[in-house]
Amino acid sequence: MGKPTGFLEYARRNPTKRPVEERVRDWRAVEHALPEEDLLTQAARCMDCGIPYCHAFGCPLASRVPEFNDLVYRGRWEQALELLHATNNFPEITGRVCPALCEAACTLSINAEAVTIREIELGLVERGWREGWIRPQPAARRSGRRVAVIGSGPAGLAAAQQLARQGHDVVVFEKADRVGGILRYGIPDFKLEKWVLDRRLEQLRAEGVAFETNVEAGVDISARYLRRSFDAICLTAGARLARDLTIPGRGFEGIHFAMDYLVQQNRRNAGDTIPRVEEILAADKRVVVLGGGDTGSDCVGTARRQGARSITQIELLPEPPKDRPPENPWPTWPTVLRTSSSHEEGGDRLWSVLTKEFLGLGTHVRGLRCVRIVWSEPDAARHVESPAVKPRQACPARAATGRRSFHEVPDSEFRLEADLVILALGFVHAEAGPLVRDLGIDLDPRGNLRVDEEFRTSASGVFAAGDAVAGASLVVRAIDQGRRMAEAVDRFLRTA
Amino acid sequence: MPEPLNFARRGAAGLPPARGLYDPAFEHDGCGIGFIARLDARPDHRIVEDAVRILVNLEHRGAVGGDLATGDGAGLLLPIPDAFLRAELGAAGVELPEPGDYGLGMVFLPRDPAPAERCAGRLEQIARDEGCEILGWRDVPTDDTTLGELARASRPQVRQIFLGRGRTPADAFERRLYIVRRSVEKTIASWTDAGAGAFYIPSLSSRTVVYKGMLSGSQLTRFYPDLMGPAFAAAFAVVHQRYSTNTFPTWSLAQPFRLIAHNGEINALRGNINHMRAREADLRSPAFGREIEKVKPVIVEGGSDSAIFDNVLELLVQAGRSGPHALMMMIPEAWGPRFLMSEDKRGFYEYHAAIMEPWDGPAAIVFADGRYIGATLDRNGLRPCRYTITRDGLVVVASETGVIDIEPERILRRGRLQPGKMFLVDLAENRIVPDIEIKAKNARRKPYHRWVKANRIELRGLFTPSRIPSKEPDRLRREQHAFGYSEEELRMVLAPMASSGQEAIGSMGNDAALAVLSERPQLLFAYFKQLFAQVTNPPIDPLREELVMSLMSFVGPERNLLDETPEHARRLKLPHPILTPEDLMRLRDARHPDVVPRDIPILFPAGSDGEGLRRALDAVFAEAEEAVAQGATILILTDRGLDKDHAAIPSLLATSALHHHLIRRGLRTHVGLVVETGEAREVMHAALLVGYGAAALCPHVAFATVRQLAEGGLLEAALLAEEAADRYITALKKGLLKTFSRMGISTIRSYQMAQVFEAVGLGREVVEEYFSGTPSRVGGIGLEEIAAETLARHARAFPAEGEPEKLLDAGGAYHLRAGGEKHLWTPEAISRLQHAVRTDNYESFKAYTRIIDDRACSRVTLRSLFRFREAEPVPIDEVEPVESLLKRFVSAAMSFGSLGKEAHECIAIAMNRLGAKSNSGEGGEDPERYRPLASGEDRCSRVKQVASGRFGVSTEYLVHADELQIKIAQGAKPGEGGQLPGHKVTAEIARVRYTTPGVTLISPPPHHDIYSIEDLAQLIYDLKTVNPEARISVKLVAEVGVGTIAAGVAKARADTVLIAGHDGGTGASPLTSIKHAGLPWELGLAETQQTLIANRLRDRIRVQTDGQLKTGRDVAIAALLGAEEFGFGTTVLVSIGCVMMRKCHLNTCPVGVATQDPVLRSRFSGRPEHVERFFRFIAQELREHMASLGFRTLDEMVGRVDRLDVAPAVDYWKARGLDFSAILAVPEDSSASPRRCIRAQDHDLAGRLDAHLEAKVRAAIEETKPVHLRLPIRNVHRAVGAGLSGRIVKRCGAAGLPEDTIRLDFSGSAGQSLGAFLAPGITIRVKGDANDYLGKGMSGGRIILVPPKGMAGRPHENIIVGNTVLYGATGGEAYLCGLAGERFAVRNSGARAVVEGVGDHGCEYMTGGVVVVLGPTGYNFAAGMSGGVAYVFDESELFGTRANLDMVDLESVWTEEDRRQLRALVEAHAHFTASPRARMILEDWEAHLPLFVKVMPMDYRRALERMRLGEDRDTETVSATEEVYHG
Repeated sequence: MGKPTGFLEYARRNPTKRPVEERVRDWRAVEHALPEEDLLTQAARCMDCGIPYCHAFGCPLASRVPEFNDLVYRGRWEQALELLHATNNFPEITGRVCPALCEAACTLSINAEAVTIREIELGLVERGWREGWIRPQPAARRSGRRVAVIGSGPAGLAAAQQLARQGHDVVVFEKADRVGGILRYGIPDFKLEKWVLDRRLEQLRAEGVAFETNVEAGVDISARYLRRSFDAICLTAGARLARDLTIPGRGFEGIHFAMDYLVQQNRRNAGDTIPRVEEILAADKRVVVLGGGDTGSDCVGTARRQGARSITQIELLPEPPKDRPPENPWPTWPTVLRTSSSHEEGGDRLWSVLTKEFLGLGTHVRGLRCVRIVWSEPDAARHVESPAVKPRQACPARAATGRRSFHEVPDSEFRLEADLVILALGFVHAEAGPLVRDLGIDLDPRGNLRVDEEFRTSASGVFAAGDAVAGASLVVRAIDQGRRMAEAVDRFLRTA
Repeated sequence: MPEPLNFARRGAAGLPPARGLYDPAFEHDGCGIGFIARLDARPDHRIVEDAVRILVNLEHRGAVGGDLATGDGAGLLLPIPDAFLRAELGAAGVELPEPGDYGLGMVFLPRDPAPAERCAGRLEQIARDEGCEILGWRDVPTDDTTLGELARASRPQVRQIFLGRGRTPADAFERRLYIVRRSVEKTIASWTDAGAGAFYIPSLSSRTVVYKGMLSGSQLTRFYPDLMGPAFAAAFAVVHQRYSTNTFPTWSLAQPFRLIAHNGEINALRGNINHMRAREADLRSPAFGREIEKVKPVIVEGGSDSAIFDNVLELLVQAGRSGPHALMMMIPEAWGPRFLMSEDKRGFYEYHAAIMEPWDGPAAIVFADGRYIGATLDRNGLRPCRYTITRDGLVVVASETGVIDIEPERILRRGRLQPGKMFLVDLAENRIVPDIEIKAKNARRKPYHRWVKANRIELRGLFTPSRIPSKEPDRLRREQHAFGYSEEELRMVLAPMASSGQEAIGSMGNDAALAVLSERPQLLFAYFKQLFAQVTNPPIDPLREELVMSLMSFVGPERNLLDETPEHARRLKLPHPILTPEDLMRLRDARHPDVVPRDIPILFPAGSDGEGLRRALDAVFAEAEEAVAQGATILILTDRGLDKDHAAIPSLLATSALHHHLIRRGLRTHVGLVVETGEAREVMHAALLVGYGAAALCPHVAFATVRQLAEGGLLEAALLAEEAADRYITALKKGLLKTFSRMGISTIRSYQMAQVFEAVGLGREVVEEYFSGTPSRVGGIGLEEIAAETLARHARAFPAEGEPEKLLDAGGAYHLRAGGEKHLWTPEAISRLQHAVRTDNYESFKAYTRIIDDRACSRVTLRSLFRFREAEPVPIDEVEPVESLLKRFVSAAMSFGSLGKEAHECIAIAMNRLGAKSNSGEGGEDPERYRPLASGEDRCSRVKQVASGRFGVSTEYLVHADELQIKIAQGAKPGEGGQLPGHKVTAEIARVRYTTPGVTLISPPPHHDIYSIEDLAQLIYDLKTVNPEARISVKLVAEVGVGTIAAGVAKARADTVLIAGHDGGTGASPLTSIKHAGLPWELGLAETQQTLIANRLRDRIRVQTDGQLKTGRDVAIAALLGAEEFGFGTTVLVSIGCVMMRKCHLNTCPVGVATQDPVLRSRFSGRPEHVERFFRFIAQELREHMASLGFRTLDEMVGRVDRLDVAPAVDYWKARGLDFSAILAVPEDSSASPRRCIRAQDHDLAGRLDAHLEAKVRAAIEETKPVHLRLPIRNVHRAVGAGLSGRIVKRCGAAGLPEDTIRLDFSGSAGQSLGAFLAPGITIRVKGDANDYLGKGMSGGRIILVPPKGMAGRPHENIIVGNTVLYGATGGEAYLCGLAGERFAVRNSGARAVVEGVGDHGCEYMTGGVVVVLGPTGYNFAAGMSGGVAYVFDESELFGTRANLDMVDLESVWTEEDRRQLRALVEAHAHFTASPRARMILEDWEAHLPLFVKVMPMDYRRALERMRLGEDRDTETVSATEEVYHG
């Protein structure tokens, strides 16, 4: 441990952000990096816990936080980076977009502010790029085995890299025109500038990963072809089927899914031209975003940058508390009110609001009819599950889950005017396209691909991981799944 | 030929056979010993009478068994009473030859006539074969009417045989008798019939005879009426009163033996036995010639340590060495550089160090061979031995003074035996031979000093290599993988060692999986646990008492033990056992005729298995034998050749296997073993290798790793690689010393081969074959699994494809790591538990216990493999309620000091609300807490702990307790003390502990008033006297043999015994201790239960257990194994917010639990309700288990081990070999003996002198009326004053009574613990002398000792009081007109005392008070002294050479304040004692003042300065290691 008393001596420092009025005029990243000298003292705040909850509970990747903090404090950057990469293929991405489950579980956060683990991670990996420490690590020997990876999101990329480093020939098939999946098209540039991704993709290519874009597996190439040409197939196509809101008026124009909206803007930023008819733009519009999650927040930020006249975000659930309630204790993920950089940039947030109907004028949406609701207490006390409870934890820590119900507040109906409505209500499950059908893969009750503990689907030689298996979740979890699937695939290839 | 009988005979010594976990091999004893002799050598019946009187007066040092009547053993060793026997035999018509021409055999025979006849017949036959004439037999009259039931049942028939010398030359007769006895013993021991076990020859000699038996001192003469005959006359008598830890003290194990009587313990016994076995093949002696074979094996197995010691001493003496010479070999005094001694004497000891290892351990030995009678003490002086010499030539030596009455006018001198010294009476020359003469004479018998100089070989004298070996980084990486290095070890174990030269420190308990249950490949080292000293032998403080410790050893061939030549010294001398790669190169390149090294690779094929490993070991044996045949003198076992195809044999396996193989082949003494291995890196590893036979080791990968760390900048300090390696070696050396000292062993020579380890999870076959003699009680893995684990690591280093991983394994043994070692505490478990107790949510609690109890994922503990046997359930409503179960729960001892005030009081309040008990821990308690708060809340800890530091143990503290717990050991660091660094000693803590803020506090490894079991009995007596209402509890830690210790504790009249598991928590402890010492409580508890039942002692003592008890299931299992009370530590802390940071030792606990930092303490968020809920949940869950098991009350459940079973499929591959039948063994007569405590101990308090006094001083106590009593006093009057003090403080509070309200004038020799816990208002004055522990825990009052009127000699040359005076005193004053023994004012924190001279270790660990010494001081004065002041009158001006200056400065007395203080004390001394010495000094004060030296602790001075400046806290940060180690 760097400094036993560091946490008493130094306060947490958060990275600064560009001023709102400046940042909303472009699409560049909002946050500044923490200066390197700050990283040192921030790392000194780490207490090297006997049970490091960040590592053993918070982070799905089991990132070796105490160790790399110690090394950063000692100035052993290169070694720290090695440790960081030992559990995470893309720390420069998680360092930018991860909600930092590790920090929520940090022991310091019990009664003080958590260690800035994510900033240290980011600083560390960026220094690695600057110094040229991050180089391709091609396998010393090729195995001669071929693996197809379907989908180039975080799970697919992590799996591809791991497998390539084991000496397998990996081909990644991507439906879109560019590699990256959700990383490239789902996350706005102001959170993740795309050169970050490109830089890493260069490394993957140098390690022998081949990318085939504009190829939709199952459509452009058949399942049979894949089976014939590859020793293993990895499905990492995500869980893209968006949740819809089927209420009266859903048919009006001007109501779009969040992902369509975000993808378009990312393409635009990448230099693509969007056909006018497809354009979804918020400029000068009254925008209502349905859904209070991260995607909703990304839509808010995007709409703001596009020049929306007003932005309102609506959430069905009640406003979360500012602090952890007793039922949601440390080290579980705190369901508390979060204010993203996009929220800082303006807009209204409404809670406990149920949308009853879309109102339109002609064919186009013009507003929403909403009602306020009240939520009941959960029907049984519950220990809120952390999003970080890892499947690798074999212990059954089953909790009594409580269900809540709501009722409408009488006479609370109101109307919202809207020219553009974005549905950011989450995702239902994986898209069961022709490939899934042709490979004959079983689905689980939720509609995702069913796998066993070795990430095997019901079709032999076909593996799956990421959101396609677990449902929509965090990037960090997708990376974890991709890595573990790669291990399983490697075992499979060695024994097959 | 004896007829074969069909029923099992009891063990050869009459002990019951081993059953379950009970094994008679772990019996210990303590005792009272002594001798009395007439210098004129004239036989006199009065000597016998006095000897018996001594025995009776030492009876309190012995014990009685479960039947309350059977003494553990008593006996006399006397010269043959020729006149008496001549008359006796004459009457029967037998005429004895001249004295010396006949031998007298004292023989125990079976009572059954047939086997008795056979035994006697065989004895006669062998005697005749050896050329002796059978003169006749005499039936020794015995009277068994007073015997206890146990003794009577096993009573032998006692007969004496008389053997004529025949044609044997007179000077060989004694040896002939020895040969006869050994031959008979061996022959009859080989018989298998039932009766033969009773056969035993107490003595067979032409000079001496032994009368002994399973008796108490007072029963001896009743049983042997011979001794009462007026004609039965002796010139001397050696006496022994035994206290055995269990109640199978047998007739044969009573003492004295043939040459000695022993009070103490041989800690290194297994090593001594192994060494002797190894030597036996080469024994030659002109005295014996070929007949030497007849006495082999020299050691009679099954004997006690004392008996075995006697066996070897006898051999040495019969082969020609004198008794004193042999004793100097076996129990050498310390001869390290700190001691001033002649070159000849040092030469003698060094020479003999190359021949024989010390028989190490606390020992007072009395020996007699007919001409010489003497006594000697071990180097540490841990047993008391006092002597009185009279003007008329009588010498009385005994464990206590005052054992017989001697008129003062007759007394010539009173003294004590000093550490390492000998006291000898020569009956031929009719004089006392002083130590200095004995030693000088023996040291100059031969030019040992020159022999050593001319012959010893030193490494530095060997060829110096020109190349420095180094490792390529890739090679190192592979080796690290192959030997299982983890990143964690690098960071947490090696880096601290290499940075600071200290072992790393950690905190909280060990909750990681046992090696055999771990799913990660474990090093073989991990299957062993260190044993440690508790109760029957004290651990040593290797830092403060370093001067007695030694790491020096010899390597290479030994020569014939029974001879002495210059060549005996021709061995390679190593200053310590850690060799660097350069050292090894030097050794390999040696061109010395006596240093012939030979490499023996220890590798096995990487593709093989257990069988391959076995074959590889056989190949190692063959190669080693061949090397020896070719003249190799040093075998270097090396795994350097490891490569893709060859894996390393675990170094410990290779070393121990070869060691035992060579012993079996009789070749062991021909070579030394040096181990060059990449595997060893920790202290534990080095200790194991040495303990199993290695003379030295070179941890080559560890050295390379340290270099890598240093060069990579990963150490705490910027160090050169060489400096780091140096520090690493230092850390290993210190750690080794600590490891030895934990077992009470002082030197590596004794530790080597001593095997003081227990294996957990090693299969019987492996143990019997390769680790012979090591206890391993639950079986476990075999070679197959060992090979598999080794090869799993090997595969990481040499993967089938590609390169090995760049990063090492993450580890996780110390701190939890994902995918690393399993721990009981997981984030999920902690958060569930905290959630449960904060929200009063039983469902959540059940979720927590499911995590802990779930077998599949927490296969961490032995109990995880148990399951309950099905039974008819009972409705839960019929099970006893939560409220009544709560009374069985205690919170574990956690001191105020380790915990913050808020946390400590929170626990106490909760436990009091529940009607359960909290434990103060060893840090005292604020008297404020004795009174309830205004809210009615009670913060007083019901259990108060008495630990070795005695911090805050005042009379007031003791009387405010329902239970007093004597902490012998602590699970996290058994066998060692602790240290509370100055920065944690806040003003408040200092006040409660009676010390100074900011001054570091040290608690010593042993209780300095418990060096043996009879001492423990004494402390129990003391505590019971001061607070008769309190239960007395003794805390032990599980290890093999803990059951017998618990039996001893029961016999010492403790009310409760606590068996703690190895995994208990700690505020700070070296990682080695946390991980590698002690055993799971399952083993210790089961052994305790079984042993107590077998000894019929279970009915009178409650059994408590603790150590990672976490769930209702844990409690249920503990109850079934025999516990009726349950302690919880870590879980309680987790309930109030602990999140297992393991940072207690850094004072940085972020949740404010284990810290004194006010900022952090303010973050404490625990509440008493949390603790209450925790215990209610546990009780509720326990009820559920009880209901399903069909028990309505816990009482029914205790000890129902038949209701436990092993989970049907012990389905984990490594666990398949586990066998729990010993743990789950149902005691033989379980239906008859109670399984739980059903009656109170008989403390026999009514008979004490205080009870008698109390009636007389009632008015003084109740009405403060002064009272003055004059009374005689004897050594059997113990703890006089303690009972009065308890009553006074209870009534009047800590302030007690006004000065001198009660004046007690005694004359005689006061017993132990005079004035213990004395309260203000009492003045005790003794005209005479006093025994050990005077003023123990004194809290006020005054004690005055003056020599008896009329005694000749000057007071300052005579001893007036024994050892360990004023231990832990917090106040009061003492004026002692004479010399005191060792450890005067040890851990004094407030008393003022004047004395005229002290022994070794004066003022050790002192933290307060003032001591004035008006005369000589022994070695090591002021060791660990961190407070208070001492003034020493240093006439010789040599004081500085004998004091320990590590923590103190010596100054002259120059400030006015000091002069006034000193003068006042000397004047008071003169006033109270009329000391001539004080008068002399006062008469010319100005001239004498410059001779006074002021001893000033440096810490204390700094603290006083800070206090003057108004600061009460030292804010400087102290490095982690200082927590446990000083400097």
